Amino acid sequence: MDNTQSITRHTNKRFVKLKQSLSDFFLTLYRINQFIIRFFKEAFVPPFELKEVIRQCYEVGVRSFTLISVTGFIVGVIFTKQSRPSLSQFGAESWLPSLVSIAIMRALAPLVTALIASGKVGSSIGAELGSMRVTEQIDAMEVSGTKPFKYLVCTRVLATTLTIPILSTYTGFVALFGGYLNVTMNEGTTWTTFIQEVFEPLTFTDFVASLIKSIVFGFTIGIVGCYQGYNSNKGTEGVGKAANGAVITAMFLVFIEEVIIVQITGWFR
Amino acid sequence: MKKAAVQTDHNNPVISIRGLKKAFQDYAVLRGIDLDLYQGENLVVLGRSGTGKSVLIKIISGLLKPDEGMVKVFGQDIAHITEDDLQKLRIRIGFSFQNSALYDSMTVRKNLEFPLVRNKRNLTRGEINTAVETVLDAVGLSQTINQMPSELSGGQRKRIGIARTLILNPEVMLYDEPTAGLDPITCIEINDLINEVQQRYNTSSIIITHDLTCAKQTGDRIAMLLDGQFQRTGTFDEVFNTTDSRVKPFYDYNFIE
Repeated sequence: MDNTQSITRHTNKRFVKLKQSLSDFFLTLYRINQFIIRFFKEAFVPPFELKEVIRQCYEVGVRSFTLISVTGFIVGVIFTKQSRPSLSQFGAESWLPSLVSIAIMRALAPLVTALIASGKVGSSIGAELGSMRVTEQIDAMEVSGTKPFKYLVCTRVLATTLTIPILSTYTGFVALFGGYLNVTMNEGTTWTTFIQEVFEPLTFTDFVASLIKSIVFGFTIGIVGCYQGYNSNKGTEGVGKAANGAVITAMFLVFIEEVIIVQITGWFR
Repeated sequence: MKKAAVQTDHNNPVISIRGLKKAFQDYAVLRGIDLDLYQGENLVVLGRSGTGKSVLIKIISGLLKPDEGMVKVFGQDIAHITEDDLQKLRIRIGFSFQNSALYDSMTVRKNLEFPLVRNKRNLTRGEINTAVETVLDAVGLSQTINQMPSELSGGQRKRIGIARTLILNPEVMLYDEPTAGLDPITCIEINDLINEVQQRYNTSSIIITHDLTCAKQTGDRIAMLLDGQFQRTGTFDEVFNTTDSRVKPFYDYNFIE
């Protein structure tokens, strides 16, 4: 009897916990939704904070530039190197540039850029806004009749949405250059031949899909970072949680969006 | 510096609060507050830490929503006005934060310009510069114009925080613990500045503090907040001329003059 009661109590406890977690999850989803709606309501209504958008674009670009250059190059080299043995089994090494270009332009460049930006830019936005919330700087903006949401959130989200596609394109070319170096060292392919073979299999849909993907990723990284920072709890712990939450949530959403966009673009090919 | 006598108009309160209640989770912080702030007066709200003093001014400025009761600022009930009207109302209220809340990524000049250029968009560069120099001069810190907040002392940060609110020419000033964490000399300088602001800008102010020296030097009227309600209101002497065991220790444990 005691054992049955204990199991029932334990099950009830777990059920209550699960109910609470689910309720928290849906509440967070609702709040993020409201946050996104607020962004669209405020971002495109004058007065605009153009100077701040440009400054944020510069910040986003500069923050990620070095890491993206190095990572893009390494991804290109390693992907080419790892793909060669499989192709050489069928004597198809000549297809290497095409394979590398499809993989990089369709998937790797936007994904790698988004993951790096989630870590570098997302965490930085989360921590910056979180720290401003903790030190009452956001409250100070609010009580002085200015619009902190417009100045802090809209500018950052616009900056990531505009800059990450540019960074993604750059990553693609750096990765292709890495691939070219590997191919030319092993197969002696010339730059002209490599470029011809790289662009041959790519279609207009590939470029558009890649661009749309990067725009969605950029928007996600910006909005998640801003949401976490803008709504962070008071105290230094809140700043850490905001930064951490920004990275984890953004990366998680980027993977989900990748799957969805690949599925959708597949219908158009 | 001795506080100059002020003329107050007791017919038209600039802020009027009735039956204000606010709770956080199950803890009731404010339990039915009634308060009037008259034109031109400095009202000091005294009370121990955690009694809801800061909550009160955050409700007045619209940062927090009241659970119950009415808060009228310049005749407008802040719980029932649109976001745009609240925005307009806030320009008339200056809020000096306990930790100054200076924007740490901006220089002093940018900190002061920030609210000005966003609320008065048609100002010329010359007018902006003049406004910045005037308020910096008013708080006696003209030399800090190009410094970053991290390069300023605690007292200087408080002064710049006050200057940032003054740049919009507010009619009401809300000071949250203006002397907290400052040395006694700097405290007196800040108290003098609060009185100077009252005289020069003809502001009405609510000063939140638990520093009795600040209360005595700056307050025309004192309101003692205890157990979520104002227990005693009047001049400094009227409030503390009591044997009330909840008020007396507050006086006894403070060193005044």
